[in-house]
Amino acid sequence: MVPASAPEQSLVGGMAQRALRLAPWFMLLILLAPVVLGVGLTILPAFGYLPAIGGEQFTLKHFVALYQAPGLTHSVTVSLASALVTPFIALSFVLLFLAAASGTRLENWMRRLVAPLLAIPHAAAAFGLAFLIAPSGLLLRWASPSVTGFTSPPDALIINDYWGLSLMLALTIKEIPFLLLMALAALPQIQADQRVNIARSLGYRRGLAWLLTVTPALYPLIRLPVYAVIAFASATVDVALIIGPNLPYTLSVQVLQWFNDPDLSFRFMAAAGALLQLALTLTALLLWRGLEICFAAIGRAYALSGHRGRADGVLRGIGLSGVALAVGLSIGGVVALVLNSFAGFWRFPESLPRSWNLRAWGDASADIATPLGNTLMIGALATVLAIALVIAVLESEQRFQKRLSPSLILLYLPLIVPQIAFLFGIIVATEFLQWTPSIAMVVFAHLLFVLPYSFLALSEAYRRLDPRWAQLAATLGAGHWQVFWKVRVPLLLAPCLTAMAVGFAVSISQYLASQLIGAGRVPTLTTEAVALASGGNRSIIAVWALLQALLPMLGFMLALFVPRLLWRNRQGMRGSA
Amino acid sequence: MKAQHLQLNNVRIALQGRELLAVDAVINAGEVLTVMGPSGAGKSSLLAYVAGFLAPAFEASGELFLDGAHLNRLPAEQRRVGLLFQDPLLFPHLSVGGNLRFGIPAAAQDKDAIVTDALASIGLQGFEQRDPETLSGGQKSRVALQRLLLSQPKAVLLDEPFSRLDTHLRREVREFVFKRLREAGLPAIMVTHDQEDAEAANGAVIAL
Amino acid sequence: MSRSLCKTFVMLLCLLPLKGLSDTPDPSVWEQVQAEARGQTVYFDAWAGDPQINRFIAWAADQAQRRYGIEVVHVKLSDTAEAVSRVLAEKLAGNNDAGTVDLLWVNGENFATLKQNDLLFGPWAEQLPNFSLVDADNHPEMRQDFTIPVEGLESPWTRSQLIYYYDSEFLPSPPRNIHELLTWAKANPGQFTYPRPPEFLGSTFLKQALLELVEDRQALYEPLVLEEFARITAPLWSYLDELHPVLLRGGRSFPSSGTQMRRMVGDGEISLALSLSPAEASAGIAAGELPETVRSYVSDAGSIGNVSFLAVPFNARAKAGAMVFANFLLSVEAQLHAYRPEVMGSTTVLSMEVLSEQERAAFANVDVGPATLSVEALGDTLQEPHPDWVGALEREWVERYGAR
Repeated sequence: MVPASAPEQSLVGGMAQRALRLAPWFMLLILLAPVVLGVGLTILPAFGYLPAIGGEQFTLKHFVALYQAPGLTHSVTVSLASALVTPFIALSFVLLFLAAASGTRLENWMRRLVAPLLAIPHAAAAFGLAFLIAPSGLLLRWASPSVTGFTSPPDALIINDYWGLSLMLALTIKEIPFLLLMALAALPQIQADQRVNIARSLGYRRGLAWLLTVTPALYPLIRLPVYAVIAFASATVDVALIIGPNLPYTLSVQVLQWFNDPDLSFRFMAAAGALLQLALTLTALLLWRGLEICFAAIGRAYALSGHRGRADGVLRGIGLSGVALAVGLSIGGVVALVLNSFAGFWRFPESLPRSWNLRAWGDASADIATPLGNTLMIGALATVLAIALVIAVLESEQRFQKRLSPSLILLYLPLIVPQIAFLFGIIVATEFLQWTPSIAMVVFAHLLFVLPYSFLALSEAYRRLDPRWAQLAATLGAGHWQVFWKVRVPLLLAPCLTAMAVGFAVSISQYLASQLIGAGRVPTLTTEAVALASGGNRSIIAVWALLQALLPMLGFMLALFVPRLLWRNRQGMRGSA
Repeated sequence: MKAQHLQLNNVRIALQGRELLAVDAVINAGEVLTVMGPSGAGKSSLLAYVAGFLAPAFEASGELFLDGAHLNRLPAEQRRVGLLFQDPLLFPHLSVGGNLRFGIPAAAQDKDAIVTDALASIGLQGFEQRDPETLSGGQKSRVALQRLLLSQPKAVLLDEPFSRLDTHLRREVREFVFKRLREAGLPAIMVTHDQEDAEAANGAVIAL
Repeated sequence: MSRSLCKTFVMLLCLLPLKGLSDTPDPSVWEQVQAEARGQTVYFDAWAGDPQINRFIAWAADQAQRRYGIEVVHVKLSDTAEAVSRVLAEKLAGNNDAGTVDLLWVNGENFATLKQNDLLFGPWAEQLPNFSLVDADNHPEMRQDFTIPVEGLESPWTRSQLIYYYDSEFLPSPPRNIHELLTWAKANPGQFTYPRPPEFLGSTFLKQALLELVEDRQALYEPLVLEEFARITAPLWSYLDELHPVLLRGGRSFPSSGTQMRRMVGDGEISLALSLSPAEASAGIAAGELPETVRSYVSDAGSIGNVSFLAVPFNARAKAGAMVFANFLLSVEAQLHAYRPEVMGSTTVLSMEVLSEQERAAFANVDVGPATLSVEALGDTLQEPHPDWVGALEREWVERYGAR
């Protein structure tokens, strides 16, 4: 048997070829080593072993202390509830929406809206929502006193509520666009239209036809993103700090508080708490897996029962209104941010500020240079490194015809393991090694999250590119690298840029990785915005949240318009984005 | 110049232990060997094997010689075996001229002139800057063939090259292709399931 | 492509931090300190919850760059404890000369922790040229931080005192002390709240309430005796048990900071709030965050006051730069700038008696606004209790109210 590729002629080409062969393993190493090491270094102190601060013996007492910590049960309950409720509602709305809208103009409309919605970082979205629904928020201002009769903000616990409902709402409206994007990207692979048409010709109404025939094929393709949503919802720190319960906090925030306690002995408890967080996230995933099985069985039974369903309209109504609500709240949040950023004194229930000014923008412009520079630098480096590696891995897959499918699932480990559970260990390691926090370290930390998302965004397009293009180029005499640069890269430019925009947005939105690894010395737009959350000055928070949302938006716009500009005379390249 | 010929010595291709085909043939310059058979018979894998990019899942054996040169050890881009697909596959990101230039070997002198002449020879004068998507089906096919010929292949493989064309266009393109291949004196293997193609090729036929 | 990857990684490796060197400057030879400071980067870890203070620090950093060639980077903390725990962790990891904190805004229990664990550089503060301006001999609070002797390990930079401010539009006569507060709150539920301890202002409110509620204050100025804690603090908890149900949100949620309370007053959500800055109300009016009807007062039982200090960790890299910056913050110019209500509205730590005629006039000429309390109106300052009490109160508070 002849090998698929023979040795390249040039030495450099040969070396590059070998490097390419190793690329998948290199990527896995970059992603797994910190997570595995970090979790390992968290396990030791959780069991009492951390000689640097006097923990010499293995003991379970820190778990006992954790168990006795005030409010822990409630913290765990809220975190777990958020981990299950958020993805359940978000996914239900997304599926019902697609069932109702697939093949209609609404779907196209949503395709265009989804990227900018996704670009709004979690922290900015949470601020926007808080400004909208708080007792003194925009909605109540506009409804008062005409509708509500309130002349002062009602004494209602809406933001930071005990059960974390506002937290779950914030996460849900943020995850809906994410899951929508993932679903829209996966739909073409499963010939959704054909499936629906067949079912409709058998007498099923459109919505139900979609749910019964498309969902079973679609869900496996978006399972990983759903798991990422579960993990994120169970362990988010920034969103919980802004809008989550604080009496007590969610588990992840509580762990962070312990970690930052000046009494270093709390670090043992923080480590134990971080492990608890890991267990909590895994439990949530297991419970979700159980739900998956139940729903699959119910769905199968229903499909076999032959019922054509009468609730079609209701289901579609729920999907449409759910997604409309999420979109409305996101956009409303941005409006609230914009209004507040220019607001002077603004007494409740006046619907607009008494005066407008640029004070907050002016103040921000004085402080912005360093955080903006850091954010751009970290985002650019992490994005470029990530896309280079992702392309290297995908190209290696193409060239050596080897799919890493079983091991590749490990790529997503950093998205599944709660950040706090392994960043903790990494901090312990860097402190021990006496590494001064630097931009490079933060870039590497961001890479852990930027890489998997970039991979998620690009891999389908890369793998689905018609192999005949490369074969054709080869028969015309083009070598591997020529095929890569002259054929694959231009043909895949649009998805590559989209993947970069996704990676950039992920980098911008990182809070914990920047805050902990950078030890506060590498301020970014996001760390500054979250730090201001405790301040409560609405104008200033609004400005920073808007700035934070602006950068990813620019990234997505570039990813959209650069290919359009480049291929303006190439009809065959349209719609490849 | 010594006449070019493509030699397939005892080529066997199997998938998961099941033999798909066995071919032993010599194709001389200007001749077309037609391989016919139902879909799934492994016709296309034969072409992939000769071209040099058979997927690793297949087990293949047998030696390939082109003008006496041993092909098996060469990567696809060094075999100088051109391939014409069902679809013209003009690179959508390049202009018509750019597509032709892609075929011209790097060492060639005055590529602009080559492109101009090539376009003229297929009746598309002045089409250098055109978006390939704006061409008609027949024009695309001609550009695709011209691109292949510009890459100076020593043999050509045709993978159901006319099956996507409608009936009257098919005849026109088919005649054009075979004429150019004969003029260029290239040995060719054509895979098809169309009896008319086989008749028009006017060469040996292997039925799988 | 993978070649460029390699290159990038090599470049990134070069960016990886190298261990720095540092020596210990002698603050008594000031010219030398200033010379050494030039070109240094000072990482100034300071609580950043108040945009006005942040802006003042940015101004001071800019001045330091111009005058002394020092780059001051404000490392914005949401809780000073973060920096303390980092320094402590560095010490335990054996990092003795390449610390990440050069200068730290600190006082109270964080100072106590740092001092106890030998985490501070010094003594240096009293050798600063501008230290004489605080007239420490006549102002003993400059040498005591929550009853802990400072011993030259910290330099003062601003004062704070617990004040109440209220919207006179809704609240014509506010409660004058902790007892009246409860009566008033019961009659007007949802009109008051305080930041969630261990937030600094929230903890200060607990201490103020305790000082007003106990019969014998002396025990609070001594190290905590654990066995006595429950007995001494019992009046506080029964007070809070009564107060919480009539707070904003029924005591189920607390604001995270003083700035957030300021916003609530601005919105008319509450009508009475707390601050550690006597100029908070005027500053808020000037910034368009508070209505012009806001006024301030202090408890008629006296109010807690303290001095905010700056400390240099033992392993700071830029000790000289940190000292030069601390000295600048003590200068008349910096103090005067901070004193303006539109800047920060902080009460100066300088002693008017030792200033020149001209300098005194400069301070007197600052328009502090109608809502700022004069020094006389601030009344008696209650000294901060011993820092032991802070942690114990905070823990007990969280135990009781933090997790229901």
